[in-house]
Amino acid sequence: MLTNKQNQINVKSESPCQQQQRWRKDFPIDWPQDRFIARRDFTKFMVLISLAFVFGQFWILIQNFLRQRRGKLPLRAIAKINEIPVGGAKTFSYTQEYDSCVLVRLDANTFVAYSQECTHLSCSVVPKVERGCFQCPCHEGYFDIANGRPLSGPPRRPLPRIKLKLQQDTIYAQGVELRMI
Amino acid sequence: MKPSYTREQKLTIVYGILTIVLLLVVLQLYMLAATMNAYLGGDETIIVPTAIASLVCFALNAGLLCYLYKIEET
Repeated sequence: MLTNKQNQINVKSESPCQQQQRWRKDFPIDWPQDRFIARRDFTKFMVLISLAFVFGQFWILIQNFLRQRRGKLPLRAIAKINEIPVGGAKTFSYTQEYDSCVLVRLDANTFVAYSQECTHLSCSVVPKVERGCFQCPCHEGYFDIANGRPLSGPPRRPLPRIKLKLQQDTIYAQGVELRMI
Repeated sequence: MKPSYTREQKLTIVYGILTIVLLLVVLQLYMLAATMNAYLGGDETIIVPTAIASLVCFALNAGLLCYLYKIEET
């Protein structure tokens, strides 16, 4: 039976590796070294993130260039005037099939159309003509129905406005107006 | 003659480099978010300047990383 003194002597003479349990000796991983993040590695990682941000910036630049190259957007018929009652709304796609938009008749002579994608996180907004607003059900964002500007909630940018053209009792979409304020 | 730094001095320099790199990365993140917001809102005026600024930030970061390698090898 070992005494305390003998225990102490034995512990002191063994190396840290020898003090480990057997299974640890079978898998000799130097955990402190494994967890240690070298300054060089950390800075390398930060520089890689910096490079990724540069790619992001140039991706936006390329997208902007492509957007400018598209030129004038095509004219697309949305609805006839008598199709939509006062206070009514109609959804349509413009410019691509997956770009959903909504046309609203505010009164006998006033039509407005906006992109239906909320400027917060792209949920579809719902027209509430009786309340004079568009509502985004995802995060309770509200937009003014007359000008598409955010009224409350998380959205900060107004809804993109679809430019309308009236030609022989038919309403056409002829462009998209992006706005910051 | 190249100045030789003590271990303490090297450590200070390294921490300084890390701080600057972190600040530049945070600045780049802010620029990216602002540029994306402007692009989605149709404002195209800031896209090119921020792209150039981000590239300059990256160049500075890369330069500091090279200097860090040099410091740690001496």
